Amino acid sequence: MNGRPGLLRRVGLALIGPVLAIIVALVISGIVIALIGEDPVAALKVMVDLGDTPSQQTQAIVVILNRAIPLFLAGLAVSVAFRMGLFNIGVEGQYRMAAIAAAAVGAAVVLPAPLHVLLIMVVAVAVGALWAGIVGVLKVTRGVSEVISSIMLNFIALGTASFLLTGPLRGSGEGASIVTTKPIPESGWFPGLNGLFTALGLAQPRTELYGFLLVAIVVGVAIAVLIKRTRFGFDLRASGLSPSAATASGVNARAMVLKTMLLSGAIAGLIGLPDLLGDTHEFGTQFTGGLGFLGIAVALLGRNTPVGITLAALLFAFLDRAALPLQFADIPSSVVTIIQGTIVLTVVIANEVVGRFALRTAERAGSAAAAPPADPGGGGGGDTSPIDGPTGHGRSDDRQGAQA
Amino acid sequence: MSSVATSRRPTRPGRIRLPELFTGGGRSRRLLWLFVGVLVLFSVARVVSGQQALTSSSTFAAALLLAVPIGLAALGGLFSERAGVVNIGLEGMMILGTWGAGWAGYQWGWGAAVLGGLLFGAVGGLLHAIATVTFGVDHVVSGVAINILAAGVVRFLSELFYVDNPAGGGAAQSPSLSNRPPDFSLPVLSSGPDLLGDLESLHWFLISDLAGLLRGLTHEVGVLTLIAVLLIPASYLVLWRTAFGLRLRSCGENPAAADSLGVPVYRLKYIAVLISGALAGLGGVFLVFVANIYREGQTGGRGFIGLAALIFGNWRPGGLAAGAGLFGFSDALQLRSRTAVVALLLVVALLLAGLAVAQAVRGRILTAVIAGVFAIASLVGFLTIDALPPGIVFFTPHLTTLLVLSLASQRLRMPQADGVVYRRGEH
Repeated sequence: MNGRPGLLRRVGLALIGPVLAIIVALVISGIVIALIGEDPVAALKVMVDLGDTPSQQTQAIVVILNRAIPLFLAGLAVSVAFRMGLFNIGVEGQYRMAAIAAAAVGAAVVLPAPLHVLLIMVVAVAVGALWAGIVGVLKVTRGVSEVISSIMLNFIALGTASFLLTGPLRGSGEGASIVTTKPIPESGWFPGLNGLFTALGLAQPRTELYGFLLVAIVVGVAIAVLIKRTRFGFDLRASGLSPSAATASGVNARAMVLKTMLLSGAIAGLIGLPDLLGDTHEFGTQFTGGLGFLGIAVALLGRNTPVGITLAALLFAFLDRAALPLQFADIPSSVVTIIQGTIVLTVVIANEVVGRFALRTAERAGSAAAAPPADPGGGGGGDTSPIDGPTGHGRSDDRQGAQA
Repeated sequence: MSSVATSRRPTRPGRIRLPELFTGGGRSRRLLWLFVGVLVLFSVARVVSGQQALTSSSTFAAALLLAVPIGLAALGGLFSERAGVVNIGLEGMMILGTWGAGWAGYQWGWGAAVLGGLLFGAVGGLLHAIATVTFGVDHVVSGVAINILAAGVVRFLSELFYVDNPAGGGAAQSPSLSNRPPDFSLPVLSSGPDLLGDLESLHWFLISDLAGLLRGLTHEVGVLTLIAVLLIPASYLVLWRTAFGLRLRSCGENPAAADSLGVPVYRLKYIAVLISGALAGLGGVFLVFVANIYREGQTGGRGFIGLAALIFGNWRPGGLAAGAGLFGFSDALQLRSRTAVVALLLVVALLLAGLAVAQAVRGRILTAVIAGVFAIASLVGFLTIDALPPGIVFFTPHLTTLLVLSLASQRLRMPQADGVVYRRGEH
């Protein structure tokens, strides 16, 4: 075998799982819609229809992109922990704490524009990392499962944020129906990107495209490089694939857990900022929740790679946008949640099935060729850590690559 | 562990040393002393702080009410994790259970609601079993997916069945149940003459606290509460005293060995996860009974807390019941009286002071000093704070769980193969 068909095969195998899953999810959702007496094809048309006029279409694209940015960051935060075999279910609490702290600090200080934004981002990153760090410390020193402690910390974050919002950080008047913190002055706003549409000769949308898109891209690239090209990233992936092998080769497992949680929390801290700096400029009762849990789904769908997470975030944002038009077309908008949940479930099943299939063909190819009697990576194949679902497929893919 | 050692030690009649009185006599004696100690602690805290709500029967009744759904979820987790399947999806199965109970309950009454909840929860369990056992998907991942899916499904079903329903309800809630489940009280002691109630209202040290506890646990207890409490020993008997239970647990400890002995591992895992889903669903039914209606978001993360109670209880029925009770009590306290939560600080201060003294005696000065500092901080908090703000009080139970877990979790031992995907012939 030469390199190119191997590469093609690898890409094909990586794609077939998610694609299969999305098709199955759409079929299941179609059946559900048909069961309630609506036309699935019409529903699909409603979802795909972005609008009639050019400005409506660019508006729809802006809505999708603005939703995709926080979803991407959430997926990235979850995936960093996943790569190491840690399950950071606490992203939800981490970004909530980070957002309220960032809003409070942003409103309290006056600085020139770039410094102000930078300070807010630093505060958000630090608070997110700190909140995730509690999970890491408890796991390393007391052996508390990160799943349980981060769930508890989600509730604690929810209570603390509501206490801070209604107590010391309250900025809105007594009788106001929506409680908010004090607004961030204009020097702390992140400029939008609508100039881009003018430059490309497209119609101007109604709302502003978040400038935070650039930050998200930078963070995504940085994380990709960190995971793939540095010693730290190698240690992280090694610990995820086989903790015992990593420890044997000199990786300090406890330090890795702590570092990974801090990194994951730091990224999580950014999730609330696109909305905060680009639109609302204050933390309030209408703060967008639930992104942490959606982030888990996005990370699973994107198979923990930055490119995959980007695509998954765009898909979920696209589905979320469809909720309102569906409502107008008299189709329950909760269909969107069902599609998302089904996609996640089918994608993990499809990944598992495809991964096994790839492993089997690789083994068959290996035994047929019989030239290298045992491939060196094969020893780790039978070893399973408690949480290795999402990383397990990467392993079989790597084996595939080694064969090619 | 140490209880085994002490109980086997030959007893020397006539020469009982003081530590022997507390630690000897095996497990049951130690548990009794622990219970007495906690009761005395809370009595002292009540008398000193004057917060009668700390040990009132209404607090204990509320605690029982809040502990039952958590206990049921934890029992569900017990079955599945003892068979080696981690079940983060308990929350989703509980959500399905609440919807099933609401849907069946408003049409055919409380008996149907129980069945509906069991069935819907079991469907969630079936999904989890298909994903994890048949397809070998990572257990946590599948559980999270089920949680997301369950939330969407119940919303969808509600929009389908309850919007424009002549019986009432809407996109987020069902019509009311058509009848209420019966409840029971202990005659003479808790109802009618209500002797325990009289005793409780005297506010005597220790005696009234005990009366409050007993009356809270025996006054107007719902039928489902009774079933839930009975399910704890029943689960113990099934899992630890039958061949079925032994086989089920062997799947969670060493599935390959179990398989080689002819145990149908896949089938047992399926059964365990189905039972798990049904029990979580029953927890949902209980919540519907309390509110007499299905409401979206009714579970409020209780499935997750059940999981924490299971871990706290070291994957044992008695332990998880204690965990659920602890959580229910702190939750009840914060619901009944925000000022009583402050009295909890006094309890913490007393506990930490005791810990500090114990550590100092053993020569661990640093730990003793740290414990002492925190004890003083808690005491200052108790003396200076009148009532905690609602946001803080809201997470009392979660913080309690986190603290207790971080103190206890090093002694815990999960089933050996818990969370490991088992594929026949690959191990």
